[in-house]
Amino acid sequence: MNAFVAHTVYDFRSAFRNPSQLLMNYLFPIGVYLILGLIMTQINPLFAKSMVPAMILLAGMASFLLGLPGPLVEAREAGVFRSYKINGVPAFSILFIPVLTTVFHFLIACILILLTAAPLFHGELPTNWGPFALVTLLAALGYGSLGALIGVISGNSRVTVMLTQLIFLPSMLLGGLMVPLSMLPASIRGIAYILPTTHLMQAFLGAGYGEATGESFTTAIIVLAASSALSLGLAARLFSWDKQGDSRRVSPAAAIVSLAPFIVSAFFLK
Amino acid sequence: MAETVVNVKDFRKRYGSTVAVDGISFEVLPGEIFGLLGPNGAGKTSTLESLEGLRRPDGGSISVMGVDPQHGGSRFRNLIGVQLQSSGLPATMQVGEAMHLFCAYHGVSSRLDLIGRLGLAGKERNQFRQLSTGQQRRLALALAIAHRPPLVLFDEPTAGLDVESRNELHLLMQELRESGTAIILATHDMSEAEKLADRIAILLGGRIVATGTPREITAAGSGLTKISVRSERSILSRNGVRFPAVERSGEHDEYAIYFSADPGRTVASLLSHLSENRDPLIDLRVERPSLEERFLEITTQGEKR
Repeated sequence: MNAFVAHTVYDFRSAFRNPSQLLMNYLFPIGVYLILGLIMTQINPLFAKSMVPAMILLAGMASFLLGLPGPLVEAREAGVFRSYKINGVPAFSILFIPVLTTVFHFLIACILILLTAAPLFHGELPTNWGPFALVTLLAALGYGSLGALIGVISGNSRVTVMLTQLIFLPSMLLGGLMVPLSMLPASIRGIAYILPTTHLMQAFLGAGYGEATGESFTTAIIVLAASSALSLGLAARLFSWDKQGDSRRVSPAAAIVSLAPFIVSAFFLK
Repeated sequence: MAETVVNVKDFRKRYGSTVAVDGISFEVLPGEIFGLLGPNGAGKTSTLESLEGLRRPDGGSISVMGVDPQHGGSRFRNLIGVQLQSSGLPATMQVGEAMHLFCAYHGVSSRLDLIGRLGLAGKERNQFRQLSTGQQRRLALALAIAHRPPLVLFDEPTAGLDVESRNELHLLMQELRESGTAIILATHDMSEAEKLADRIAILLGGRIVATGTPREITAAGSGLTKISVRSERSILSRNGVRFPAVERSGEHDEYAIYFSADPGRTVASLLSHLSENRDPLIDLRVERPSLEERFLEITTQGEKR
């Protein structure tokens, strides 16, 4: 069997054996989706409109930001990357395969949400499926590249948790998942646009549901694609085979550059 | 002369201001077990990691079959097999998956026969975390040799293993040597090095302070033979008599210990003394200096300097 395929198959299966990955890929996002579906639709009937994209983005953040970096850091700490290097596994496979298999898990969670949202909670399905699918893939790319970058730069598991929470919690509060972006004060909206979730949510609502939003679909795509490209490039550049970081030539602090497109966009989109 | 498998010339490695390896040179031939010995911090790990391509040398050169570990790519990866001290596999990876995956990356077909040969038959679906330390080591060894590399590196291969597993591993290393594989063995176990290694280098403070066959290294020491005597009434321990050719003496576990430059004369005199004093002999052992004693001698001298 081709090495890349064998590695991908192993990595996909391993997520079902690893309790923390199983939790972040399926149990947590699906559990929150069911709870919010039951509660939020009762409290706020408007939530049914944004429920599907909001829960898809929650699933993406759980899989790629909360689930993906941890195993990368643990593997580096346990000497797995060293063992891989000795046996000819390229750095590309070590970084790309976990992102790819997480995309598969994310898409499974998305399908579960899309299939059940309407019959269970009267959740509104997208009107334009093409752009909706494109934004879903863009979410996978954006969150996946950011998750891989966090996994590469985190020195240990505690730093990983801190960095992921730094994105996850503000995204949940300000990203438009729970409260529409238009309802936030202008100053807070500026901060919200520093988060990838905000751009993704605007893109989902604008292109997938035909709603008027404060950001054009093209702008969202450009900002997200630029950040993803920067994150992927930095992840490849900052990759280290072991915790001593002998193979790393650039400071991990350079990772902040990946947020530059969001920061720039925040000045123009308020 | 056979082609050299490993060629290390004036190799240097430093971490910041700390010099880990300070210009060492050695060669390893096909079918040879080369022991790397030294106390912690002597430079063994830095040397091994540079040979594995995990660290960049700061000076000198390292090559395996003429290939530079830093630039050899997949060609170099197929030349070496490494049994790491900590096995470094994902906790959830199954034994069979590990074999399939690593063989695929080496471009060879899966060697499930090795899993059976190394006592892991029936464990193909067990996850790495479910294996005992000994089983993890055996799996690491199977993965290291599955692609039949001309060089295998062992880093403390028997640490934490039971006697049976240790003997099995020794047997396998000897089989590899007979098949022409060159082996570098880094170990703290002197008896293991003395038993298996064809040649040894002792590292201290990043330099090679002794090199040669185990016999050559031990012979280069003080050359004193250790004589241990135990008698029924233990008169040797009590009366402090001096015997010919003895340069040092002491006691250990009811044994009187003598280090003699002429063991024949010393033993004859000891026996005659016991007989004259009617103290029946229980045990008498005459041992040439071990590698461990010579190693301690070298490292103690080195630390004093």
